[in-house]
Amino acid sequence: MSVLPSEACLLQVRNLSVSLDDGTRIVDDINFSVQSGKILGVVGESGSGKTSIATALLGDARDGAVISSGAVLIGGRNILDLGAVELRHVRGAVVSHVAQDPALALNPMVRICDLLDEMLFTHAPELGKSERQRRIREATSEVGLTVTPEFLRRFPHQLSGGQQQRVLLALAVLLKPRVIVLDEPTTALDVTTQARVLETLRDLSRHRGIGAVYVSHDLAVVSELVDDIMVLYAGRIVERGTREQILSNPLHPYTRALLEAAPDIDGEHAVRPIPGHAPALRERPAGCEFAPRCARSSERCSRKPELKDIGADHSISCHHAMATPWLAERQERPAPMRRAAAALATLSSVSAHYGHNPVLSDVDLELPRGRCTALIGESGSGKTTLARSLVGLVEGARGSFVYDGRPIVLHGSRSREFRRKVQYVFQNPYRALNPKQTIGDILRTAVHHFFSIEGAEAEREIASSLTRVALPPEIARRHPRDLSGGERQRVAVARALICRPELLICDEITSALDVSVQAAIIDLLRRLQQEASLTILFVTHDLGVVRAVADFVAVLQNGEIVEHGSVHTVLENPGHAYTQSLVANSPRFRR
Amino acid sequence: MSRVSHSLLAQPQVRLGVTLTALVLILAMIGPALAPVSPQSMVGPSYGPPGPGAMLGYDYLGRDVWSRLLHGGRSVVWMSFAASALALLPGAIIGMVAGFSRRRLDHAVVWATDVLLAFPDLILVLLVVSMLGRQPWLIVLTATISFLPGVIRLARGLTLGISSQEYVEAARLMGYPYRQIIVHEILPNIAPPLLVQFGIMLTWAIAIFSVLSFLGYGVAPPTADWGLMISENRTGLMIQPHAVIAPVVMIGFFALGTNLIAEGASRAKARIKPRRSAARA
Repeated sequence: MSVLPSEACLLQVRNLSVSLDDGTRIVDDINFSVQSGKILGVVGESGSGKTSIATALLGDARDGAVISSGAVLIGGRNILDLGAVELRHVRGAVVSHVAQDPALALNPMVRICDLLDEMLFTHAPELGKSERQRRIREATSEVGLTVTPEFLRRFPHQLSGGQQQRVLLALAVLLKPRVIVLDEPTTALDVTTQARVLETLRDLSRHRGIGAVYVSHDLAVVSELVDDIMVLYAGRIVERGTREQILSNPLHPYTRALLEAAPDIDGEHAVRPIPGHAPALRERPAGCEFAPRCARSSERCSRKPELKDIGADHSISCHHAMATPWLAERQERPAPMRRAAAALATLSSVSAHYGHNPVLSDVDLELPRGRCTALIGESGSGKTTLARSLVGLVEGARGSFVYDGRPIVLHGSRSREFRRKVQYVFQNPYRALNPKQTIGDILRTAVHHFFSIEGAEAEREIASSLTRVALPPEIARRHPRDLSGGERQRVAVARALICRPELLICDEITSALDVSVQAAIIDLLRRLQQEASLTILFVTHDLGVVRAVADFVAVLQNGEIVEHGSVHTVLENPGHAYTQSLVANSPRFRR
Repeated sequence: MSRVSHSLLAQPQVRLGVTLTALVLILAMIGPALAPVSPQSMVGPSYGPPGPGAMLGYDYLGRDVWSRLLHGGRSVVWMSFAASALALLPGAIIGMVAGFSRRRLDHAVVWATDVLLAFPDLILVLLVVSMLGRQPWLIVLTATISFLPGVIRLARGLTLGISSQEYVEAARLMGYPYRQIIVHEILPNIAPPLLVQFGIMLTWAIAIFSVLSFLGYGVAPPTADWGLMISENRTGLMIQPHAVIAPVVMIGFFALGTNLIAEGASRAKARIKPRRSAARA
């Protein structure tokens, strides 16, 4: 991990800085190297600059930013010195990139075979047609796709998410590049698919000697895959070391906090949010960036710490490197809940169709009052459909729904009171808030709609709801575009809370968020549940989050509930084969 | 908004467009006050060449071309703006309601716009004018109707896209009134492309009204009008070209100017920028 002489390293990054056009540093003074066959995990919260580093490795910076200094050496050649034409030849052939969301990265109008062929044809026009086809077959089977001519003629939408990501992976290895940059490539995938893609990736890098840079916010995934880890905070490296060092003996307070914030499916440590939030790009502190959130900060932290080697292959940038060995706080496991509270909502024999395909068949579900029930399942299992049917968003849903003793029509108009009592928080915080309204407008509309409150009283309500989700009330004047993803999701929760709901339906609300932010949202939901005895339906695919947030779990597979019980029972002694595979494939901390 | 207008004016084409359009608008508005003689009075020889007192010469009846040019812009300017603005507002509302309702109403609207779209707009206007007369309000109204389907279709398509956004869904779940959802959640998010469409309609309207005057279906003589001037003086093109070229240039400036602005606005909306050759500064 230490900075070796350039011959020994496949990829070497020296003093890399990326800045905005006005000179604001996005990432500053980044140094690392990757050897062939090794995978480096780049971990950081959003805004830490990890994507800027990833694209800089391909000699690109996003609009409005420039690579202001430094060198990216691949096999000794600095790709930042290349002209536009040379750079185009290098991209894909020497260093390739796998994007986060395969559904967005693939052109929906291009067949898989044409997509792969185009890549070969552009970079290696000398190859004949049969040779190109051989290379395509080779690359696709290498990434674990079952290749038939019929499969290759498909369009992206005819593939599953996992297959799409494998196609992107095949595209990335097609020209046998020396370095692959992967920017959160499995975030959009199910756990079982993710486990297989990660395995493929590991094999590829070992057998081909490819150096990989794996950018992720998910420490558990990184811990399963990588050899070395580099932790970023606010555009700088805070700690760098081998996987074992970082995961078992982290020395930087931020690394420790990050590990403690990550949910753990085995529930061995409590999920602890990091206080405060990552500084915005232009508001980064002059000294140590983490100091304002750090429990150990002192006057010395007003000076920027340098990245220092503190052992073999282990560097850290902190004035107060933690000497004490790290022991994550053990979670006190609450006694398993034996007696369920009375049901607030009861669904029985709920069915729904999408066209002719059944999405839900005969689902029974009870939501105990004041408890959090998690609904888990992979994509396509019908979990979102079930959640949406509760609020009447699923056309043609049939079955019986009793809310608080009163029957409710599954698809039909709801009373104003029901609409107030049952609040839905959407998955994607970037689409859940109207970009043209201020946060205050959004909350004001809701509070005015349900309570006809205006003026100073409404402002008080807005301020108190923002405070409850741990946001400063001044944020009411801002627009969603000024907010980070976690802040936006908090606003979405605040919009639900301001209606004084009884049932909160959370549809994958943490899946677009960083771990420390996720931990804070989990913390928030836990607190709200206790304070306001809120009933929560928490839809998720992440078993670690389930462990942290839920009391009960219902497992959904192909539109049927296959298992239902308390969190401890279901996660520790899963009865159904599907639940067992979910539990087994979920990423765990490997130390 | 300020960011959009900033990137708009950063484009040289747009600056040219604004200059041209402003020139025509100013001329059309204050021109009549600057005219040296009445546009109707015959003050010189027919097709008389430019000279002192008549910088653009005389037309086929011996009227001062410069004075007629200064007077002749009003009708095309107000009619173009009126037709485009009249189409924009109801078109946007119908389109948003249709796109948001996604039911029978939507089908009906789509069917109706299909029928209207089948008529070429100029033919429609000519048909109505030749049947019902050449009153300016009638011409404007017909042009408005011919523009409506385009606006409706655009607003409907944009609304369909916005409606699936979760903030619109959230508003529906809260049970906000439809009017509120359309005005507060949808309209602000589809306004920029609608404004681009306004610019495109403006350019079309200028073309239609100029053609109408040229064909003799627009403003009645002896009123000064650019389209009419071209038509009246075209037989003398070889003897006194200024009488034709001057109004042609004015119409050209106006159409070109509005078109450049509309095009620049759609470019700014799509954030298309000249690509840097390399990321490195």
